[in-house]
Amino acid sequence: MLPNNPIHSILSGDYPRSKALSVALVIVLVSLAFAPFLFPGSQPLNVAAKICVFVILVASYDLLLGYTGIVSFAHTMFYGIGGYGVAIAMYNFNAGWGALGLGVLAALVLAMLLALLIGLFSLRVRAIFFAMITLAVASAFAILASQLNEITGGEDGRSYRIPEMLRPAFRLFDEPVLGVMINGRILTYYLIFFAALILFLLALRVVNSPFGRVLQAIRENDFRAEALGYRVVVYRSIANCLSAGMATLAGVLMALWLRYTGPDTTLSFAIMIDILLMVVIGGMGTLYGAVLGATIFILAQNYLQVLMGQFSGMLEAAGIPLLPGLFHADRWLLWLGILFVLSVYFFPVGIVGKLRQMKS
Amino acid sequence: MKDAILRLDGVHTHIGQYHILHGIDLVVPRGQLTMLLGRNGAGKTTTLRTIMGLWQASKGHVHFDGRDITKLSTPDIAQAGIAYVPENMGIFADLTVRENMILAARNGEIDPKRLKWIFGLFPALEKFWSLAAGTLSGGQKQMLAIARAIVEPRELLLIDEPTKGLAPAIIMNMIQAFRELKSTGATILLVEQNFMAARLLGDSVAVMDDGRVVHRGAMAELAEDTTLQQKLLGLSMDAHQ
Repeated sequence: MLPNNPIHSILSGDYPRSKALSVALVIVLVSLAFAPFLFPGSQPLNVAAKICVFVILVASYDLLLGYTGIVSFAHTMFYGIGGYGVAIAMYNFNAGWGALGLGVLAALVLAMLLALLIGLFSLRVRAIFFAMITLAVASAFAILASQLNEITGGEDGRSYRIPEMLRPAFRLFDEPVLGVMINGRILTYYLIFFAALILFLLALRVVNSPFGRVLQAIRENDFRAEALGYRVVVYRSIANCLSAGMATLAGVLMALWLRYTGPDTTLSFAIMIDILLMVVIGGMGTLYGAVLGATIFILAQNYLQVLMGQFSGMLEAAGIPLLPGLFHADRWLLWLGILFVLSVYFFPVGIVGKLRQMKS
Repeated sequence: MKDAILRLDGVHTHIGQYHILHGIDLVVPRGQLTMLLGRNGAGKTTTLRTIMGLWQASKGHVHFDGRDITKLSTPDIAQAGIAYVPENMGIFADLTVRENMILAARNGEIDPKRLKWIFGLFPALEKFWSLAAGTLSGGQKQMLAIARAIVEPRELLLIDEPTKGLAPAIIMNMIQAFRELKSTGATILLVEQNFMAARLLGDSVAVMDDGRVVHRGAMAELAEDTTLQQKLLGLSMDAHQ
């Protein structure tokens, strides 16, 4: 496509480069854009909002891991800073837009400062040491969040009110639109959807800019990049800050959706593992991988259990021995693990990589 | 002798506990192609990497264009005007040929006239302009690595074994490209194992052995003196055929 094409400009010239991938991405985009109308009910909307947030969280992690070759375990810390920024501001001040803005700003400043400090002090060392340092800092932060009861709510976390327009009781119109009442919950969903869309497109712009090319060169061979005149530590630190900023905003969006922030929903190491899995499943070094990885993983996380329960019931009704137990809903984590192993085995370059290979 | 753009005075380099360079003295005259020859393990690559700051000299000094660059970082040395083409095709395989070239252009844009000249030297690069560099053949990767180093005029080019592992026909193309490059007045320090290529290209020569420069002089003199070649490089008469 021509460079002056609007699609070229929106996607920063980074096309999916596979028909199947394009179709999959359009399906995800349309489904998320019309989720409140296509899939009514609180559970589907909750899943759709979670997908939007995790697309950004995973894309921001891929900026580090896939594009720059940095392994960090502090990503949930930045996600948590976003969540706690909103929680502390909304809990302590009046639940208005001003407090929200203050919380977001404070969280962004703290996250990017921390990312810069971690980067400047530890990105000079070998990758494994950087990973260990981020793990230590993230663990310390999680403990701090649990211990500072007065500020963070400790292990219980904080529930808070959000601006009136985003509360479930708010009605934008008196009459339903396409059979759906546009309330504060749906407005919050669209706030999350459009914020995620804009952040994703900005991330695409970053990775396809001259700066992004240098990051990819550093990932491939940092000595060669230095020999071309690029200061690797500076570029890695900037990437670390950008990634932390995006993760913080993802945390902000999740906090708005849940109206609750606690250690389990933001700082848990399980979330870090989920992010890693989503990056690997979708494909490292491609932001489109974040979209597919997050969508598939969250759908599996939310619906695999239900589907397995139904399947197990069908097998039991048909009188088939052994299999109903194997597919019992309680064993969904086992099957999720098997799915992950199979996906890594069959798609070592991730789903996006595989689809692009099939095309070529 | 022309003035020296690069001068190494008593440079020692240690890699871990190993003492690799034992007081290198080397002069690269401006506007000439200087060959750096020597057997495997003589310290040629270490010399180039030390000049680039990829390994720090533990003793001695490296002067570039009258400035002491011994303690400068690699990016500073590159920005001072030294381009380095490492051994084994130092390209970025996941990036396209175009992206590889743009990375080396300091302002992010390539002068179209210069690009046309580079395409004249290495036509394959124009053909595969939008392909991932990793998909190129060995010779094409080497061409790309050299093209990247000359995407902008640089004061000095350090090139490490550009003909290594290439087919004879490609080597001849490469030699032709270096001749054209020389004709523009470029200053080049070229590490080479292929003596035929060295003889055809070199103006001056330094021969290394065991981390020391053991011979310096005109390339033409060494090319004529087979006894000296045998002594310095262990070359047999067959190597000259």
